[in-house]
Amino acid sequence: MIGLSHFLLLAGILFSIAVAGVFLNRKNVILLLMCIELMLLAVNFNFVAFSRWLGDLDGQVFVFFILTVAAAESAIGLAILVVLFRERKSINVENLDTMRG
Amino acid sequence: MLTTILFYLYAAVLVGSALGVILARNPVRAALFLVLAFFTSAVLWLLLEAEFLGIVLVLVYVGAVMVLFLFVIMMLDINVAELRAGLTRYAPLGALVAGLMIAEIFYVVWTRHLGVDAADWAPPLPAGYSNTKSLGAVLYTDYALPFQLAAVVLLVAIVAAISLTMRRRAGYKQQDIGRQVAARKEDRVRIVKVEPEKRT
Repeated sequence: MIGLSHFLLLAGILFSIAVAGVFLNRKNVILLLMCIELMLLAVNFNFVAFSRWLGDLDGQVFVFFILTVAAAESAIGLAILVVLFRERKSINVENLDTMRG
Repeated sequence: MLTTILFYLYAAVLVGSALGVILARNPVRAALFLVLAFFTSAVLWLLLEAEFLGIVLVLVYVGAVMVLFLFVIMMLDINVAELRAGLTRYAPLGALVAGLMIAEIFYVVWTRHLGVDAADWAPPLPAGYSNTKSLGAVLYTDYALPFQLAAVVLLVAIVAAISLTMRRRAGYKQQDIGRQVAARKEDRVRIVKVEPEKRT
């Protein structure tokens, strides 16, 4: 029988895959943004599952707000990416060393 | 029983598509794998009887955010080969971190008591229960102010995205309405008194 643990473990696996993706594709900013989307999805999974098992709708409201903020974040991130590509003709993270960070 | 089969089927597709996102050679293919991941998650949320959020995930993420991603990927001329160079250098480290995280999460959620009856399916919802209706009832009463703040966040995102990507090209010809309206006759027209030539 499927329980809460199954959903939590699935979300954990999804999050870990996204973390591994950040390690793998550390040069490509677009793929880094996609990995962040995957992480947010995993977190939303936890919220939805707990909301269902505890019978509390507040978790789903929280997911609603996370979706809003994530959409705003990716829109601004992609806008920054477009400006960056216009300036540098590249989206390689290793070229972004102007601030010596 | 059917729930179990559906869960394992879609969980397998979800994990597979997530692996596709991080391993795909082509960014377009990675974005399409991410679309598949969102669709599968929407199905799993429907399985959890969170219908409204499942539909919102498809509409907002697949319909808006992923289209934006695909637009940007196809608009930029990315040198994929250069970005993929040295890909395998950090692969063992990434796999190690991911494996450790999965092991830790497994240890926490599988063997510990979570405070609810975690081993069994969730308690059934009452008959005639509408997820969208009850979510709306909460959202427009208890969360009315955060709801409006979310709208402000989206507005700020629109303004930021437009102001970041708008640019003035050199040599771009454009009407300046303000200067056109502000033009006065005295600045443009000069009346010259021409003396008549004497006839010789």
